Formats: sequence, C-alpha cells, structure tokens
Amino acid sequence: MAIGLAHYLTVAAVLFTIGIFGIFLNRKNVIVILMSIELMLLAVNINFVAFSVQLADLVGQVFALLVLTVAAGEAAIGLAILVVYFRNRGSIAVEDINLMKG
Amino acid sequence: MWLLEQADAAAVLPEIILAVIAMVLLMVGVFRKGETANFVNLASLFGLAVVALLVIFGGSGRMTAFGGAFVVDTFARVMKVLILFGSAAAITLSVHFMKEQKIEKFEYPILILLATVGMMMMVSANDLISLYMGLELQSLALYVVAAIDRDNARSSEAGLKYFVLGALSSGMLLYGASLIYGFTGATGFPEIAAATAAGAGGLGVLFGIVFVIAGLAFKVSAVPFHMWTPDVYEGSPTPVTAFFSAAPKVAAMALLVRTVFAPFSGLVPDWQQILVFVSIASMVLGAFAAIGQTNIKRLLAYSSIGNMGYALVGLAAGTQEGVRGVIIYMMIYMIMTLGSFACVIAMARKGRQVEEISDLAGLARTDKMLAFVLAMLMFSLAGIPPLAGFFAKYFVFLAAIQANLVTLAVIGVVASVVGAYYYLRIVKIMYFDEPAPGFDPMHGEVRLIAVLAGAFSLVFVLIAQPLVNLAGAAAASLF
Repeated sequence: MAIGLAHYLTVAAVLFTIGIFGIFLNRKNVIVILMSIELMLLAVNINFVAFSVQLADLVGQVFALLVLTVAAGEAAIGLAILVVYFRNRGSIAVEDINLMKG
Repeated sequence: MWLLEQADAAAVLPEIILAVIAMVLLMVGVFRKGETANFVNLASLFGLAVVALLVIFGGSGRMTAFGGAFVVDTFARVMKVLILFGSAAAITLSVHFMKEQKIEKFEYPILILLATVGMMMMVSANDLISLYMGLELQSLALYVVAAIDRDNARSSEAGLKYFVLGALSSGMLLYGASLIYGFTGATGFPEIAAATAAGAGGLGVLFGIVFVIAGLAFKVSAVPFHMWTPDVYEGSPTPVTAFFSAAPKVAAMALLVRTVFAPFSGLVPDWQQILVFVSIASMVLGAFAAIGQTNIKRLLAYSSIGNMGYALVGLAAGTQEGVRGVIIYMMIYMIMTLGSFACVIAMARKGRQVEEISDLAGLARTDKMLAFVLAMLMFSLAGIPPLAGFFAKYFVFLAAIQANLVTLAVIGVVASVVGAYYYLRIVKIMYFDEPAPGFDPMHGEVRLIAVLAGAFSLVFVLIAQPLVNLAGAAAASLF
C-alpha cells in the first residue's frame, strides 16, 4: 500500500484531536496540558510538511521550522508561568485552578 | 536606509527601531546599577512616540517588504498609531500603580514594547507566516505580562489560564493555516486570493477559514472563545488589564479584517455567516452576562466581549463601509476603555486597590470630577447620543443595514439596550447611593488619561468629520 497525502493528513488530524481532547478532558495536571499543546503544534507540522512535499513547494517546510522555533519559546514561557504558579499555590492540579470563577 | 532597501525591508523600519529600542532597554535594565524602572518607563514612552512619528511621516501609499509578506498601507498606519497610543497609555497608567503595589519591574515596559512590535507586525501581515509570527510575538509577551505580579496567586493564575487558552487558539489558527496552504498552494494573501478566484480549494479552504477565524476570535475574545477574558481581566494587575482591553484588541481586530478581506475577498458569503453568528453571540452574551457581576473588572471584561460583537457587526457586513465602521469603532472603543480603566485604577483606599462596584457608591459626593468622567464614559459605552459610543455603533449598524443584514442590526440594537442597564446602574450607584469612604487622591497621569478619554467621548461629535474621513481612507486602502 502506498502512503499518500491522505494518510499523513489523517494522522495529523487524529493527533490534533487528541491534543484538543487532552486539554479539555484532562482534570489532573497542567504539565499534561503543555504536552497536549505540543502535540497540536506537531500535528500541524506534519500537515505542513506533507502538503509541502505534495505541492513540491518549500514554503511549507519553512513554516514548519518557524512553528518549531515558536513552540520551543512557548513551552519555555509556559513552564516559567507554571513554576510561578506552583510557588504561589503549591499545586499544579487542574481542578485547583479556581481562584476566579469561570 | 540603503541597506534596508537592498534587503527589501524599508517598510519595516518602525518595527525594527522599536525592537532595537526594546532590546537596548533590556540591556540597560540589566546592567544599570540602582533604580532602573523609572528610566526604562520614560525611555519606552519616548521610543513609542518616535516610532509613532515614523509611522505617520515615513512615507505614504502602499509599501511592501520581504517579498510582499509585509504590507504598509493607510489601514496599517492608522491601526499602528492607535496601537502605539494604547501601549503608551498602558505604560503611563502603570507607573505609580506598580510602585504602590511593589511590583515595579523594568521588564514590564520592555514586554509591552515587544508585544507592540508583535501587534504592528500583525497589522501589516500579508502572509500566513508573518501573521503567525506577529501573533506569537504579541501573545508570548502578553502571557508574561498577565503574570507580572508573580507573588500574587491570582495574577499567576490569570497568566496560566491565558497561556493555556492562548496556546490552544494559536494551535487552531495554525491548523487552519496549514489547510489553507495545502489547498491553495500558497501562504501569501494575494496568491491565496488568486488561487481561490481560480477555483482552488473548496471544502479544505473553508475548513481552514473556520479554524483561522476561530483562532483570531480567541484573540479578540469573541463568543464562543471568550471564556478566558473575565478571569484574565480580574486576575491581572489593573494597568495590565487596561492594556489587554485596548491595544491587543485593536491589533487582533485589524488582523481579522485583513485576513478575511485580503485572501478571501472572493469567499464573502462563506465567512460572512461565521462572523454574523460570532457577532450576535458576543453582543448577547456581553449584554446579559455582565448584569450579575459585582467586580468592576469582570464587568468591563464582559463589556469588552460585547463591544467586540458590535465591531464584528461592521466586519460581517463585508463591505468597505463596514470596515470603515470597524475602524471608527475600534478607535472610540480603545479610548473609552482606557478611560474606564484609568478610573478603576483610581479606586484605591489607603494604598489598597478596591474593585467592587459597590465601592463606587456615592462617588459623586466624594470626588465630583472622577464621578463625572466615569459617568460620561459609561453613557458613551451604553451608546447614548451625542457621545462617542453612539456614533461608533451608528456606523457599524449603518453598514450592516446597507449590506441587508437588518436582523443583525436589530439584534445589536436590542443587545445595546440590555447592555445600557448595567452601565447606567454604575452611574446610579455613583450619584444616588449612600457615600462609601472616599478614594485616595488620583495621580496626575491617571487623572489626565481619564479626563482626556471623558472629553473625547463628549466632544467627538465636533471632531467626527476628520476621524471618519481618515477611517474611510484607511478602509479604502484595503479594497
């Protein structure tokens, strides 16, 4: 069986959905949320690279590299905010993030 | 300059200068001995002013850079000046506040400058890549700014919530961008427009548009992507909230305008129905959810959700008049919201901030000036003629009616009548309730911004013509 564009797009869509569900269904730990966000961004990268190969156009791969770079910065900032939050509350459980209603 | 022109980057000069100023000030803050926050604050304000002059006088007409990925036209210039003004006001409002709350840090103005660079890139983005980079530069700085009061559990919780939901929205926007790239074969807006005009795409592009609009609706806090707004507004320090409700909203709205018009001008019926839904939901939720609030920052958060709904009415019209309405709306909204938050910053007793609406009771007897300014701003936000807020709503509803979206305009008017209830309640509490103890005296710069905003909403009717003409020219540059 030849692996075509549709297979890559399906894998990416499945990973993206797992990422979104990881953010909303997870009630335990904020670290899991950070991992879910990474999963979403990587799913997008699979999309970009698959399309780029399909279209024989390099822009998609350039975009994927930029997404990787920004994702690294985003993870760093997210962890820094998480550390600050942990110092104040002594917990990173999702159900404890409730100082403000909503 | 010659080097920049050779590098196809002359149009980016204001952004480059602002970024360099931010980085130099970061070094100054790190290496300068002793108290640096004041110096960095002043230098940042000076830098913002210089860049604003550069934007206004740095050439006219349409200029592009980086092979068309970055475009400067009248629309971009008007929005950039607004953004620079909003950022400068946010720094000005924070000076004494941060000192009194003992969270004075030189990083704060620098983060605002970096967020401003991101916002200016967003406004000028003409390619999915520059759109994403600008958006992330802005967002990453804003996540940190929300948590700037790092020993306060509420502020760090606000930062965490904003980060998680903001990252989710960036992910959705990117997924949409990847679909648009895949089904049109291009990331530049003009190329995408050409490809969709030639019939490329179909369902894939439509899915892409939905994801991109969802991501951007998050940034303008439109329903159903608004849930972060009240929490982040309540938890962040008040000057930060003032900043969040002003400049980033203008930038995100400008980005939304360019993103739906530049690449997808041929698909108006497709995105129009999404925006009509988002707009109605935001107006209705903004009007009803604010009624039960007791915290004034949460109330203003719902008010800003509602206001984004009204601005989206103009965008949903899908016409040049509609875009003109959006520009006027954002101009007036930004000034009104900055003035309202300046009044909230003034709500302090014995050096402690108070945020309940009941703390405003009888303000008319303890501080006439503040009560009058806040009353004018509330009347203006409620859309009572002849104040500025009325004309903001007038131009967007007019555009909606001209585009045959009468139902949308009627729902908007009904929502603004419902919304008037909670704005007028604040006025009633200030003027007719038994006085609570008075507030600490206001600092000069906070008073200045509040009074200027109040005066603007009062005299807008006299200075409307040049502003409306400017907005018209800006809207025309997009079509």
